[in-house]
Amino acid sequence: MKINKKILGGVAALSAASLVLAGCSSEEEPESTASGSDTPAESSSDAIILANGSEPQNPLVPGNTNETGGGKIIDSIFAGLVYYDGEGAAHNEIAADIVVEDPQNLTVTLQDGWAFTDGEAITANSFVDAWNYTANLDNAFYNSYFFEDIEGFSWDEPVEAMSGLTVVDDLTFTIALNKPAADFAQRLGYSAFYPLPTAFYDDPEAFGENPIGNGPYMLAGEGAWQHDVQIELVTNPDYAGPRAPQNGGLTFTFYATQDAAYADLLANNVDVIDGIPDSALAVYQDELGDRAVNQAAAIFQSFTIPERLEHFSGEEGQLRRQALSLSINRQEITDVIFEGTRTPASDFTSPVVDGWSDSLEGADVLGYDPERAAELWAEADAINPWTGTFQLAYNADGGHQAWVDATVNSIRNTLSIEAEGYPYATFAELREDVSTDVIESAFRTGWQADYPGLYNFLGPLYATNAGSNDGDYSSADFDALLEEGISNGDAAARNELLQEAQEVLLQDLPAIPLWYSNVNGGFSENVSNVVFDWHSVPLYYEITKN
Amino acid sequence: MLRYILRRLLQAIPVFFGTTFLLYFMVFSMPGDPILAMFGDRTPNEALYNQLVAQYNLDQPFVVQYLLYMKDLFTGNLGVTFSGRSVNEVFADAFPVTLMLVTMAVIFEFILAAGLGLISGLRAGKFSDQLNLVVALVLNSIPAFVAMFFAQYFIALGLGWAPVTVGANATWSTMWLPALTIALTLYVVGMRLMRGSVIEARSADYVRTAYAKGLTSKRVVPVHVARNSLIPVVTNTAASFGALIAGTTVTEGIFNIPGIGKVLYDAIIGGEGPTIVSFVTILTIMYIIVNILVDLLYAVLDPRIRYV
Amino acid sequence: MSDKNPHYVAPHEELDEVQIDQVKLSDRKSTLWLDAWRDLRRRPLFYVALAIVILITLMALFPTWFTDVMPRDAELAKSNMPPEPGHPLGFTRQGEDIWSRIVYGASTSLSVGLITVAITAVLGIPMGAIAGFFGGWVDSLLSRIGDIFFSLPYFLAAVVVMTVLSDYRNVWVISLAIGGFAWATLARIVRAEVLQVKQQEYVQASTSLGRSRMSTLINHVLPNSITPAIAYLTLALGAAIVAEATLSFLGIGLPNTIMSWGNDISQASITVRTAPMPLIYPSLALIITVLAFTILGELVRDALDPKARARR
Repeated sequence: MKINKKILGGVAALSAASLVLAGCSSEEEPESTASGSDTPAESSSDAIILANGSEPQNPLVPGNTNETGGGKIIDSIFAGLVYYDGEGAAHNEIAADIVVEDPQNLTVTLQDGWAFTDGEAITANSFVDAWNYTANLDNAFYNSYFFEDIEGFSWDEPVEAMSGLTVVDDLTFTIALNKPAADFAQRLGYSAFYPLPTAFYDDPEAFGENPIGNGPYMLAGEGAWQHDVQIELVTNPDYAGPRAPQNGGLTFTFYATQDAAYADLLANNVDVIDGIPDSALAVYQDELGDRAVNQAAAIFQSFTIPERLEHFSGEEGQLRRQALSLSINRQEITDVIFEGTRTPASDFTSPVVDGWSDSLEGADVLGYDPERAAELWAEADAINPWTGTFQLAYNADGGHQAWVDATVNSIRNTLSIEAEGYPYATFAELREDVSTDVIESAFRTGWQADYPGLYNFLGPLYATNAGSNDGDYSSADFDALLEEGISNGDAAARNELLQEAQEVLLQDLPAIPLWYSNVNGGFSENVSNVVFDWHSVPLYYEITKN
Repeated sequence: MLRYILRRLLQAIPVFFGTTFLLYFMVFSMPGDPILAMFGDRTPNEALYNQLVAQYNLDQPFVVQYLLYMKDLFTGNLGVTFSGRSVNEVFADAFPVTLMLVTMAVIFEFILAAGLGLISGLRAGKFSDQLNLVVALVLNSIPAFVAMFFAQYFIALGLGWAPVTVGANATWSTMWLPALTIALTLYVVGMRLMRGSVIEARSADYVRTAYAKGLTSKRVVPVHVARNSLIPVVTNTAASFGALIAGTTVTEGIFNIPGIGKVLYDAIIGGEGPTIVSFVTILTIMYIIVNILVDLLYAVLDPRIRYV
Repeated sequence: MSDKNPHYVAPHEELDEVQIDQVKLSDRKSTLWLDAWRDLRRRPLFYVALAIVILITLMALFPTWFTDVMPRDAELAKSNMPPEPGHPLGFTRQGEDIWSRIVYGASTSLSVGLITVAITAVLGIPMGAIAGFFGGWVDSLLSRIGDIFFSLPYFLAAVVVMTVLSDYRNVWVISLAIGGFAWATLARIVRAEVLQVKQQEYVQASTSLGRSRMSTLINHVLPNSITPAIAYLTLALGAAIVAEATLSFLGIGLPNTIMSWGNDISQASITVRTAPMPLIYPSLALIITVLAFTILGELVRDALDPKARARR
């Protein structure tokens, strides 16, 4: 999961470690972004595209980069087995073929002739060694969890080489999983699975500063990364893959605030930005016209009421959760507070992933129905009368106050109970209280997909004892359907089972779905062919300068 | 004089320890888990979490963390940030930029405070005095985030008189607008201090004597009134210098200036103890030096003050 | 000889001095406070400022006198809407009544301002005065303690105070977070002024006349070095109210259930480009309050200062 640190959001709403997930996909309204594809490419193919970015939080190593600032650089300078197109479909990049033998075994063959920019040929070992290094507990890489399904992976002891990875020959290796994961091939486009050259192991620190990749772009020499200022990338002349750059290079300027980036866009000082500050949400579509981007993204927003809170367990809890969900006017809040840059949720995933549905059984609990809400609340009161104040906790460094206030106001007005937002100063503080189970209120939650698949929105969040199951939800029915789904090799059947699993969630509401975030961005008059991909980042290689 | 400077420098040692200790204590008592925050909404596996906690010495008790930090500090190593960069390097990159911005802001502030304060003091109670006060108070009541936003939209973007953002070109000429905006929201205190002292100086014996000697106000005002009234303004300006170095976060954010404010803010929000303490420690040292200079300046401004 | 002695000077009764020395009992007493009052009475601005301060104090104490609408009644459909009957200033982004929020916010903002100023003064003035007057090791000690507080980033301090005391987020805690670290500036200002004043002849005279050092400080030095401190404090009142806005903005301010101008300003700043009024009204309330208090402070100070009065 890429964490977008939307620093200093709002009119400089000072925010750093926020998790304002900015995201996108081009499934809807692709015409709003692609413009002027008839521009002659020859005349401007060597022009540099200026884009917004943020200082990478970690050295530029794929396995240790889990936020968008570093992520978009990594994705530009590395190539993996597969890449995702704008719609989120996976296509082979280095892989010649990925054969899914069964939901637990895969065989990967590589194309011949790929090399890193230092000349080293890319072989099966470039992948297997990199994966083993990333997964090794001793190295404490942020993305190690991507490998936990591979046979031999361990959270208890450092493992030098996972037994599930076997090199067959220079261009072939096999992957054995420790449990069925029918969508594993789909995950391979994430940066954690990129290969690494041997130069990395000699000096990981120096590598992180001047990474050697194999992607469409490469660093423009020593010192191309000016910390906290910008990073300059130029095209990789040896890259022959499908993501052929239509421009001469990329310069990512690191902005501390979205406001600054947006002001620069208006002045045509930056070519493309992938975030719009809250202060401009209402006006940016007017100011940018057809250069504004507002499309759905793989980001799901919700709030969670832990089972252990008073009044929120058992039948009483279920009634209260449903009543709360029905008392929130999602449409009005997304229209007024978000200026239409959010879409009310109709399930637990995102419209950009295959298998999303707006007609699940029981999805009407996500509508706004004040009478029904009051009825359910009264039923719950009959079991155990309500006491106290409904609080919704959020991190104040992420620009969440406006929607939280609007949401609790909606609850106050509908249920006639006292309801208020409860700000935590920092994201770190909120997460600490959430993960140590000391939080005594509902709290905001959100999820941005690692890869475009339904399971990624469900398994890590609601399976019994799953890592990010913040509300400590546990349902045997849901677990069974989830397990059945992920073991099914057929994509359509898999999605159907995962939808059924969501119908269980709609009854229990372990998290109360609110809305899907859109990606909001824009581009200057100087560029064309700007398309935002499924996970909220422009396809930089396709952009052309006018 | 030399003995005085030496004594002040010696006194700086306990200030240094007091500040670092207090700081470390504050950072330590800050709630929130920086490691968890690095994983966003995903809760990390416990083993990985423990590994990272140990890597940053976050599992040690407060005093041990402090001593480990001080040990590094005395070998000239300010530690590394969570992102793996050396704090020395981060500081060396960011500090000159902030210093430039703050110096410029403080110069503007001083000119505005001393100039308008002098006018107000000389015309106390008159219309121009009251107008001065009202204008300054209105500016002072505008929160920095609103002021910066307006400056950027109307002066930089609308009129094109200044760069919209600074980014990689942090120079005197690209940063005058943020510096001036800072000064405009700040000068009121200095101006009022100046006004008060000017009023007092006007009735002081030495000023009456100067007039009695037949000097014109052209000579009396700058030499006798203004110079002797500058002490509180100088103190205040020096104070804002210190406060600004660590407090330009909003400005740096809006104008995208790669300075200390942003780095320090990120470190505070992210709970990066060593980075915060290192930065503030260096700032403390600078602060102490600025204060010594200011105290020496008093003697220049007011001949009656002597240091031994 | 006794009777017939000629007068070498005019008889006492015939001298001008008589008139000068004469105490007319019918005259009103001339004291510092009375003089000040007489002076103030002639200044129209004084009445204007006083009226505003009284009005705002009344708002803070009896908000229901000024509005029937509850400040937390929110109707999102009215988001940023213009005024309508019963809602003279229109609505906030959340659809709350702006006027009602200003009325109910007065109490918080006023308290934060006054308490902060009190904390700053109580800590800053004695520290600065003692340091400057006694000099030597006392000065070194106090000044260095001030330096420590001075060099701590204000934001860090506020985050720590507000989060450690997060269960008690009220006007007292937020005032402590603001004033508890702002006193060092005031201490330096007072110290600088005291350094200057203590060189004056009347101070030296007082000590040579045998007054104790402490008594000299309190009776002679402090009153004569207080002017910059008062100037600083009246302004600090406004700065504290603005600081409360900034803290709210950073999410470490008062909870939303406590109405405050700062909260509203920080909330409204997000939509300033599309709906400026929800930002402008609470800002105006803040500016008018600060102006009234500052002008009142200035006038009273001028009136109390015989030197300043003499010049008018």
